[in-house]
Order: sequence, then C-alpha cells, then structure tokens
Amino acid sequence: MSIRERLSGNEAIAVAMRQINPDVVAAFPITPSTEIPQYFSQFVSNGQVQTEFVAVESEHSAMSACIGAQAAGARTMTATSANGLALMWEMLYIASAMKLPMTLSCVNRALSGPLNIHNDHSDSMGARDSGWIQLYSETNQEAYDNLLQAIRIAEHKDVQLPVMVCQDGFITSHAVENIELLEDDKVKEFVGEYKPDHYLLNHKEPIAVGPLDLPAHCFEHKREQAQSMINAKKVILEVAKEFEKLTGRKYEYFEKYNLDDAEIAVIIINSSAGTAKTVVDKLRENGIKAGLLKIRMFRPFPADEIAEALRNVKALAVMDKAESYSAMGGPVGAEVKAALYGKADGIKVLNYIYGLGGRDVRADDIEEVYNSLMDIVKTGQIGETYRYIGVRG
Amino acid sequence: MRGKAKEMTPEVTWQEITPGGTIYEPGNAEGYKTGDWRSMRPIWIEEKCTQCMLCPPVCPDTAIPVKDSKRLDFDYDHCKGCGVCFKVCPFNAIDFIKEEDKEE
Repeated sequence: MSIRERLSGNEAIAVAMRQINPDVVAAFPITPSTEIPQYFSQFVSNGQVQTEFVAVESEHSAMSACIGAQAAGARTMTATSANGLALMWEMLYIASAMKLPMTLSCVNRALSGPLNIHNDHSDSMGARDSGWIQLYSETNQEAYDNLLQAIRIAEHKDVQLPVMVCQDGFITSHAVENIELLEDDKVKEFVGEYKPDHYLLNHKEPIAVGPLDLPAHCFEHKREQAQSMINAKKVILEVAKEFEKLTGRKYEYFEKYNLDDAEIAVIIINSSAGTAKTVVDKLRENGIKAGLLKIRMFRPFPADEIAEALRNVKALAVMDKAESYSAMGGPVGAEVKAALYGKADGIKVLNYIYGLGGRDVRADDIEEVYNSLMDIVKTGQIGETYRYIGVRG
Repeated sequence: MRGKAKEMTPEVTWQEITPGGTIYEPGNAEGYKTGDWRSMRPIWIEEKCTQCMLCPPVCPDTAIPVKDSKRLDFDYDHCKGCGVCFKVCPFNAIDFIKEEDKEE
C-alpha cells in the first residue's frame, strides 16, 4: 500500500531524496528551491540518510562537487533554480560530457534580469542544449515520480547521462497537494544500488577522468554522447513501464489530454497544463474538439511521436514560458515546428509566450488561445504566429 | 571498448571510444610529450650545481628527475620552459635561453 500524504513540491523532492538516500548531495540555497537542501540537510542531521552533505559557497561549486563525487563513484544529487542553474552552466556541460549520471531538481524560476524570483522556464530552457535529460512535472506527484525514475534513467548503462527534473517554482514547489508516496523499501528496491563500471575510488582500476581531448578524439566523444541521448528515449519508456507496474501511475514522453480526435490543440509544459485541462473540459462540454499535449520529456525531444500525435489537428498553439529572443518565438515552439516539418505540414501553428516572471496564467488566457485556434480553423487565416498572451498593451 | 591511452589511436571510432574520454589506466601525462610547447629552454650547468635541491620541487611538471637524492639533466619531453627553476637557483647553475639558440 502506498502512503497518502500532503506535501509541497519541494517537500516531495526532499522526501524522494531521503528515500533514495544518495551518497552525496552538494547544494547551495536559492529561491524557490532552497527548501530542498534545507529539508534534506535535516534528514542528514537526524541520521535518516547516510548521505555526505556538502555545503558549498556557490552553485558553480555545487555542480563541481557533484561532478567530483559522481566521478568518484558516488550517487549524487543536487537542486537549484534560475541564476543558480546559470552559475552551474559551465559545469553542466562537463557533467554530461563526462557521462556522469547525477540528478538535479530544477525548481523553475525566471532567470534575471530584470530581477525576479517567480516562475517561468527561462532557466531550464536555457540549459536545454547542455546534454542533460530534461523531465518536466505538472504536479508535486509528477515531480516526485519523475525524480525516482530519473535515477534509473541516468544510471542505465545505455544512457549514463545526468537528468534534470523540473517543476514550477512556487506554483508547485510551495503549494501543498495530496500525494501518494512509495514506501521507503519499495523506493530502495526500485532505484537499486549504484554500481558504476569505472570510478575514481576503485583502487583495483586506477583511471584518468576528464583528460584533455584534442581534435583527434573530441568529435568521437561528442558523437558517443549524442548516442546516449538517442538511447535515452527507449530507456525512459522502459523505466516508466516498470514504475507503472509499481505505482499504477503511467508516464510517457508526453500526456495526451483529449487529443486523439482534437481539431484544435495546445502544447504546454509543467503546472499550466492543469489550468489548460480545465479549459479543455469546458470546451468539450460545448462540443468543441479541443485537446492538449503536455510535454514531460523535453530532452531528448520526442519529435516523431509529437508529429504522430498531432496528425489530425488543424490548428495548434505551442505555449512557451520562456523567450528565446529569436524574434520568431520560444524554444518549445521551435522544436515542435521542426518536429512537424515534413511529417505533419498541414497544421497551422501559433507560438505564444506566456507567464514570464511569474505572471498568473488564468483559464481565461488559455481559453483565449483556444478561441484564436477556432478562428483559424473557421477562416483559414492564421495571421501573426509569434504572439504574447497575458501581457498588458 | 578500448580503454588504454595507447589504444586511443587517431583511427578509433565513436563506437569504440571510451565514454567521456575516461582512460582506464593511470599516469597518462607521462605519455603526452608537452616539451614541444617550449619557447624558452633551461640549461643545467652541472659543474656549478651544488645539488642544493631547490629546483626539483618548484618545477610545475616533473621535468627535473631526481635519483639517489641528486638531480639529473632536464626531461625536455615535458619541460615547458617556464623558467621557475632558473629563477630559484642561487648558484647560476641554470641558464635560460631561447629555444632557437640551443646548441644542436
């Protein structure tokens, strides 16, 4: 029997980390993820975990300590947000290139400037090309479930890549929701023991980690790294299937909500999917064929599967809680349009920037998006595809 | 999967190369001849050397070999010509010249 609890998203992550009982956690506090290392350090002090908690002086040091620990052979975890993730930037690429399967809980917050502590996706979207697997979470439950699965995905022999589990700052990180936890022993069994093939503390096989990699070999290493991301697609589904057997909770690359017969659809990430679902329900009551696609896995990007899922959609709006300043839309929009090209070319696609800097995303906003899609279907006219919603002016 | 430094030939493919560039043996720096980076060259003047042993520990590489408590001539395969040994020698027993001025 699973355990029924009421936890905030940060608590859910900290509890997952307690149950995983990693060898090393190195972290530096930053709003809104501060509570994760705060709760976790209490578990360390109480002797509830055997983890070595490394209190560092910056996020650059946090990620550096994680890299050293994971290379040494330790299962390593951390958490951060926004500028903390930005300060890790240099080291994020090194963690993935060195094939170090650590996990990071990213509590999404707007990356300064202007200085802002509230939710959008500019932090993790900026890190989308750093070689980390990225899983996104609508709810506290999904954040908890994704983190447990992340350990298995990261450490799989065909992957060996770090995984970032993202959730919306304050919206889910600080809101208390009902949640179903696994028992400690079930988590322990599910994540298993970390047994790397090669690690620095193995005195029987001294190794060199992170050596200089010149033009004769660097390209081959990058290709090998890219293959791990390709392999991750299969592994993520396998781990999800095993997790479903254990919990009854089903995970895929994305969630389809009333999508199969939908004529108009929205693609969205994280907590705003909940808002969008209520709008879909309302539209469906009025006989409108509205659907939703909520992306869970952004890296690797499930391009073929998204194109297939949207095959019958006539008009689509891709929602981006991050600008990319390309003057043509946001990062999710760019990926989705690339995915559809040549595979589902008939779909009219809008790309909305929404909710930047913690701007509330109301059901009315999402309904306005669906209304625009209905107009496009009716008139055949699409107009400007790069749009903002919820901004004044 | 290849894993030793000598197996990392210029022909090794991405399928065979070790993930992350890890080399499954220690002491690999010795096999990488970095001496050709050098533009300045230290010259050991043995007759002036008192074997005071101030120079070997300041070498940032291990380019001053020591045997039986005595320094030997420079390991030019790894000396990058930084000149720290030249600075630290109290007996002018190390000269420091341009690489192109060296006697063949």
